[in-house]
Amino acid sequence: MMDSLRDIAGLFLNLDILDRYGYRILQGLGLTLQLVAVSVLFGFVLGMLIAHARLSKSWLLSGLAYCYTTFFRGTPLLCQLFLVYYGIGLFLPAWRATLEDIGLWAYFRDAYIWVVITFTLNTAAYQAEALRGAMQAVPRGQTEAAKALGLHQFRILQTIIWPQALLIALRPLGNELIIMIKASSIASLATLYDLMGQTRFIFARTFDLSVYLYAAILYLLMVETIRRLWGLMETRLMRHTLR
Amino acid sequence: MLIRKTAQRLAIAAFALASLLGPAVAKDWKEIRIGTEGAYPPFNNLNAKGEVEGFEIDYVNMLCGKMKVKCTWVAQDWDGIIPALLSNKYDIIVAGMNATDERKKKVDFTHVYTRVPPAFIAAKSAKTNDITPAALKGKVIGAQASTIHMNFLEKYYKDSTLKGYPTQEEANLDLANGRLDYIVADKVALLDFLNAKGKDCCKFIADVARDPVIHGDGVGMAVRKEDQDLKEMFNKAIDESLKDGSFKAVASKYFTFDIM
Amino acid sequence: MDYYLKLVSFNDGGWGWLLLKGAAITISLAVATLPFGLALGLVVALGQRSKSRVLRVPAIAFTTVFRGLPELLTLYLVYFGLQLGLQRLGRDLGFSGGIDIPPFVAGMMALGLVIAAFSSEVWVGALNAISAGQGEAARSLGLSPGQTFRFILLPQIIRVALPGIGNNWMVLLKDTSLVSVITLPELMFVTSRANVVTKEAFFFFGLASLIYLFFSLVSMAGLGRLEARSNRGYGLR
Repeated sequence: MMDSLRDIAGLFLNLDILDRYGYRILQGLGLTLQLVAVSVLFGFVLGMLIAHARLSKSWLLSGLAYCYTTFFRGTPLLCQLFLVYYGIGLFLPAWRATLEDIGLWAYFRDAYIWVVITFTLNTAAYQAEALRGAMQAVPRGQTEAAKALGLHQFRILQTIIWPQALLIALRPLGNELIIMIKASSIASLATLYDLMGQTRFIFARTFDLSVYLYAAILYLLMVETIRRLWGLMETRLMRHTLR
Repeated sequence: MLIRKTAQRLAIAAFALASLLGPAVAKDWKEIRIGTEGAYPPFNNLNAKGEVEGFEIDYVNMLCGKMKVKCTWVAQDWDGIIPALLSNKYDIIVAGMNATDERKKKVDFTHVYTRVPPAFIAAKSAKTNDITPAALKGKVIGAQASTIHMNFLEKYYKDSTLKGYPTQEEANLDLANGRLDYIVADKVALLDFLNAKGKDCCKFIADVARDPVIHGDGVGMAVRKEDQDLKEMFNKAIDESLKDGSFKAVASKYFTFDIM
Repeated sequence: MDYYLKLVSFNDGGWGWLLLKGAAITISLAVATLPFGLALGLVVALGQRSKSRVLRVPAIAFTTVFRGLPELLTLYLVYFGLQLGLQRLGRDLGFSGGIDIPPFVAGMMALGLVIAAFSSEVWVGALNAISAGQGEAARSLGLSPGQTFRFILLPQIIRVALPGIGNNWMVLLKDTSLVSVITLPELMFVTSRANVVTKEAFFFFGLASLIYLFFSLVSMAGLGRLEARSNRGYGLR
């Protein structure tokens, strides 16, 4: 009985894989971190803009922002990446000459930029929702009081709304970062070998399930590190609310 | 070593903990469950009715008829196709799978029933038919990521930019729009594309000489290592069908050239 | 236009039925998983807040693992690992093979574990938001612990947790697309197979997006109503 149990364990554990493919796994890890960091940062800026549009008094702006967040939150990232990366491809034959002239062809040809754009568009929608909720949670009376004191619009945002809203949004934004790390695993649809892409590649070559276990440990490490960091940030930034 | 042992013990404990028991059936191979991908026309694909169809389906159903066994088909994504066999979700894989050395470490293969050459295709603008690694230096070459074609490219075309795609469809799209200069794949799949959507954009370049280490001896059916009796059953049936012309009869319905 | 209508028609050569079946599998898998995942999540949340180490440590380990693992791996572990484990163990103990975890059940278990891990965070937040005085007051009125939980705490917890649970549901809806790796012909599986046969990638991926969007819109409307209902008695602020 112990023998078969060892067989099953052997299905998920094989250190030989690390010797032969460890470097590829690390490369994939690097790409995953890079993709997520870049798109979450850009996504934050875009998300902030969308959150304000959503709260704006203009029905056109807020309607557009609503449609944007609904579409990007309501469809799978996989579909979005396919439509963006291969969709752009449809225009490439006609644009190629122009793009080569102005020296942008290499960027349009490469997948990296399109994956970053898609991830940014997607995470911006989720971050916008978190930020909108947080800004709405700042009591209205504060804005009114600030207005009464004669502060102008941008000053109110900068000194009163944003600092409080960011504190409230801290946790949901952290969760979004974690979700993005896992969601980024579909980058291989557009030929990028991120951590999951490399894992699948190695698996397809060796059919050894242990490579999935190593990937799992790396994902767990990333997610736990972020959670710990976020915990630290929260305790530090929330000092003033402690009693 | 110590870490490995401990980790193995942990995994064993986890599995033991999660286990429940159930009733049992003995195997006598009157009913055989076949796993296929269903995404590789004309060999195997899912049709609009949700049934599998294609050359491999017709061929193996014919073998099953001759062996007087009942065969049922399951469509399984490529990534999980060998693990599903090992965890007994079906008994044999018939999915255009080349019998490579790496795969033989995990499963056993029957005799070969298809041997299609790999080939290069390119955009119409390609100037030469030279496919040596030196000639393709700096070019962008695509292949389906988890296939022997990608392994082939990684081994020989180190100075080219290589791109791996989840399925052949995406690689075809990127060749048509100019992101790729070349594609390597099975000739059958490529001709399928060149005769349809790829007619205007792309052209055939050259066959690739088989490298036995990478490409294996050809396409076989995969079984679990302990099911030697099943393997022998199919070996016999394949050999007979190749001799008595029944293989040719099915193949000629799908292909205009020899695939064996 | 006619060509595309034919692609999704419900008779000869059209993919309509298969897409519809795929969409039905997607939605029924999500619906079947949700109660199981939420209930497990609540149990885990109670464990995390427990004073006993024996309950707290496994609960925290559970959340850490299943929140951190990519869903695909959880699915592989359940579908291949657990299955093989059951089979080998069964055989060693004298039963010969024959144990099978159906793909739908495996998908439900794997996605349920993931949703349990994510929702336990929401439950913990909601439990923390209810002041301890509420439970004490209920008990001093002579309600049993069970009654206190059901009539006093649970309605309030649900009210606070609802937006978070809503997010979990939206994530679940899209995560179902992963189960195509275990032979379950849900919407994304049908989409990719239709694409392979018809070579109309954009049409089918666009269509799939619209179907997911439809499910999301319906869910959002439903959630809005639920939230309004659970906020009854709190007035407008």
